[in-house]
Amino acid sequence: MASDKVKDVSDADFESIISSDTPCLVDFWAPWCGPCKAIGPVVEALADEYDGKVSIVKMNVDDNPATPGKFGIRAIPTLILFKSGEKVDQVTGAVGKAQLIELIEKAL
Amino acid sequence: MANTHHNLIILGGGPAGLTAGLYAARARMDHLLIEKGAEGGQILLTDWIDNYPGFPDGISGFELAEKILAQAKRFDLNSMFANVTSIELSETVKRLELDNGDSLSCDCLIICTGARPRPLGVPGEKELTGKGVSYCATCDAPFYRNMHVAVVGGGNTAIQEAAHLTKFADKVTVIHRRDELRATKILQEKAFANPKIDFIWNTTVTEIIGTDGVEKLQLLNRDQTTSELSVDGIFVLIGVLPNNDMLPLDVLKADEGGFIPTDQETRTVVPGVMAAGDIRSKEVRQVINAAGEGATAVLAAEQYLTNLS
Ligand SMILES: Cc1cc2nc3c(=O)[nH]c(=O)nc-3n(C[C@H](O)[C@H](O)[C@H](O)COP(=O)(O)OP(=O)(O)OC[C@H]3O[C@@H](n4cnc5c(N)ncnc54)[C@H](O)[C@@H]3O)c2cc1C
Repeated sequence: MASDKVKDVSDADFESIISSDTPCLVDFWAPWCGPCKAIGPVVEALADEYDGKVSIVKMNVDDNPATPGKFGIRAIPTLILFKSGEKVDQVTGAVGKAQLIELIEKAL
Repeated sequence: MANTHHNLIILGGGPAGLTAGLYAARARMDHLLIEKGAEGGQILLTDWIDNYPGFPDGISGFELAEKILAQAKRFDLNSMFANVTSIELSETVKRLELDNGDSLSCDCLIICTGARPRPLGVPGEKELTGKGVSYCATCDAPFYRNMHVAVVGGGNTAIQEAAHLTKFADKVTVIHRRDELRATKILQEKAFANPKIDFIWNTTVTEIIGTDGVEKLQLLNRDQTTSELSVDGIFVLIGVLPNNDMLPLDVLKADEGGFIPTDQETRTVVPGVMAAGDIRSKEVRQVINAAGEGATAVLAAEQYLTNLS
């Protein structure tokens, strides 16, 4: 599927990505986290559905400690929605598609 | 769109569903397995499984899930990702509604929807979930390097995950409502010998307190004395609730806890509907049982389908 739609971001390019004009949903994950894998297909599907309206990206918390620390992330998967560089809201855990849509719609 | 009717639909891709899928695929049955998340189910929540036979050194939950899936795929498992939102069992042909608006039907259904961690149900829990309240030690333990965390529970899962947490946290306090653990002896011995684990007995958590993250817990002892415990995180491991939202519970005569009763061959009260794994009404909820019941259910399904035709 369109897994290439969900781009990897790093501590280095994080700020520039969230401050773009397009709202942005960041999926914080790690390879050792089963539920992160569980939510993967849903996030990919949403990246397709919201293509052009919301950019959906993912950040590996093992490789990028600074950003998760800054946002006080203590559980994954955590998905944070940003608009114009500001955090709008977040959800944690392997939530369903409906809950993620509800989150995303807050930026539209 | 692909075929919407199958002889057999397997709902859920945890150990029970994947094993059922393996048996059905190998028997060349017209089957479909439906999973809403990732194949593996709850075993994705645990770091290490030490009691599944065939793996002398144990195996990670993630790897076990991948292996069962690969085994089923070798026999051409037919599977899809979808969330089933409702099931209609009043006719011989069973109907399933999916969250994308599609519907599917089958002659025979094996319910393997499993279970999910049970919340404490105390003030502060919802608000602080993901900010110090966790139900998955494997997922979240690395965020608690050199910190102090509490584990609530006294069963196998709680004690095993407490031990896992000590790889990261400085101190792990197990809070248990009784004065002894239910966990198996070998896990108990390891926990009692671990200098990083201490215990608070006969005590329940009545509130989780914190603004941006968990700061402390309000505790109530059986003798009615209250106290506070400062912690950076709390892992709630007190058993499971059934994933049964999509099931017609009255038709299936669910038990008080919402689990589905079956006979020895995993047949529910509805002809052509089996239940296997953690969703079944039973005492022992382990990977090995779930897998065994998945296999039994397919054999029961084959028998039902033979009689039907
Ligand atoms: C932290 C933890 C540690 C554990 N450690 C061990 C251990 O060491 N050894 C051991 O033997 N057991 C262990 N267990 C128990 C073991 O994981 C379970 O007994 C086993 O996973 C049950 O398998 P299952 O297939 O019945 O259900 P589950 O594993 O719960 O899988 C059910 C699947 O169904 C899917 N599903 C649910 N509803 C729907 C729907 N509407 N539509 C589509 N799909 C749906 C779910 O997404 C899930 O993937 C542990 C459990 C936990 C939580």
